[in-house]
Amino acid sequence: MLIDWFTVGAQALNFLILVGLMQRFLYKPILRAIDAREKRVAMVLAEAEMKKAEAIKERDEFNGRNAAFDQQRASLMSRMTGEVASERLRLLDEARQAVDAWSAKRMEAVRNDACQLSQAISRRAQQEVFAIVRKTLGDLAAASLEERMADVFVRQLRALTEKEKEGLKSAFSGAPGPVIVRSAFDLPAAQRAAIEGVAAELMAVATPVRFETAPDLVSGIELIASGQKIAWNIAAYLLSLEKGVGELIEAGGQPEAGSESKAVGLCPEQ
Amino acid sequence: MRLSPDEVIYWQHGLFKINATLAFTWGLMIVLAVGSKLVTRHLSAGLSRSRWQNLLEIIVIAIEKQIEDVGLRHPRRYLAFLGTLFLFIAVASLCTVLPGYKPPTGSLSTTAALALCVFVAVPLFGIRRQGLFRYLASYTHPTVIMLPFNIIGDLSRTLALAVRLFGNIMSEEMIVGILLTITPFLFPIVMTVLGLLTGMVQAYIFSILAAVYIAAATQIHKPRRTAAPAPASNRET
Repeated sequence: MLIDWFTVGAQALNFLILVGLMQRFLYKPILRAIDAREKRVAMVLAEAEMKKAEAIKERDEFNGRNAAFDQQRASLMSRMTGEVASERLRLLDEARQAVDAWSAKRMEAVRNDACQLSQAISRRAQQEVFAIVRKTLGDLAAASLEERMADVFVRQLRALTEKEKEGLKSAFSGAPGPVIVRSAFDLPAAQRAAIEGVAAELMAVATPVRFETAPDLVSGIELIASGQKIAWNIAAYLLSLEKGVGELIEAGGQPEAGSESKAVGLCPEQ
Repeated sequence: MRLSPDEVIYWQHGLFKINATLAFTWGLMIVLAVGSKLVTRHLSAGLSRSRWQNLLEIIVIAIEKQIEDVGLRHPRRYLAFLGTLFLFIAVASLCTVLPGYKPPTGSLSTTAALALCVFVAVPLFGIRRQGLFRYLASYTHPTVIMLPFNIIGDLSRTLALAVRLFGNIMSEEMIVGILLTITPFLFPIVMTVLGLLTGMVQAYIFSILAAVYIAAATQIHKPRRTAAPAPASNRET
């Protein structure tokens, strides 16, 4: 007999017991471990997906900020370029104006220097001429230059026409103060008396005369009253001398000399 | 030559006896249970795990997948029964390489017991799934005339299960025994290796057939409609 029914029953029981044992020791723990791992993997994957989404979001934000930054930088660069160009033009204008001002100042300084030189030459020439004339007059007439100048001044006052005398009289008649006579040197008593006499004749009244010494007035004598002035000087003679000297310097042919001579001609009034 | 290990009796008292079939079955049960307990003592739920745990996970997942492929939508309900069927028969066949070992599946009593377990389990799963009335009604499907044929089919397939497994395992044992007497050296080893393969195939066939029977029993028959048939996924809900 191939089938032993006791063995069949025992094997059936054994199999059911084995099913229970395997369920307890194999399937349940293994399936629990697999489920836990799958859950964990699912969590990790979900976390990874979340991080990926966050990364994508941050990347988009970064790209957006980059674009905005580039745009802002481009606009700032454009604005700055315009401002720099305008500032450059402004600075160039300022520099040009400064150079022009400096050049004008320099020209003015050169002109002043030339003028001062010209004046120094003029004064020196006047003094030299004055000294020569005084020496010559002293040698020839045995009289001092001051006497001669005072004589000439008195003679010219007396040689005025009647019409001119009337004009002077009407001009000097309302003089509130004394008549001032200015000269570069102290006049001798005789010349002072002569001048006082002429002044009295001209004003037809006895007018006090005050004599003053003005070192700058090297070229003659001035009579001042009531804002009116009568003078004799050697300025006309010196002007012709100055003109001659200037033409002589220009004839020298040097550019600096030419500019200086030109500057001499443009000398401002002192 | 003994055809069945049932004939090897170690102890007997009246009707009760301990033969080689029972002894080797207990040995297999101890190996399976203790081995599983040892491996699953320190299971890791993390990504790193031991190779033995890996092996058991592969086996369990493969069995679960096979059950699902047969058509059972909730394979874990049937995993203990069908998986134990497969593992018991497979381990019983694998141990044939051990000298002096007699596979319990080479006993018709064992295969009959397994077939009887399947014979009982199929209606139990079917009734649990469909209810008693609907399950019994399924025997009259498609017509009442099919009732005796269905009953005969259940009985015959149980018999076929038992005899198929017994015949294959016993015949392989017989062939190896005969070849040992004729060509004692190389050829029996080759046949033993081939026996391992056929043992695995038999374990697969037995458990897959049991799964198919359970799937057929748990299939809910819906009333016929004149419209288009329901999709395949609605076979079992």
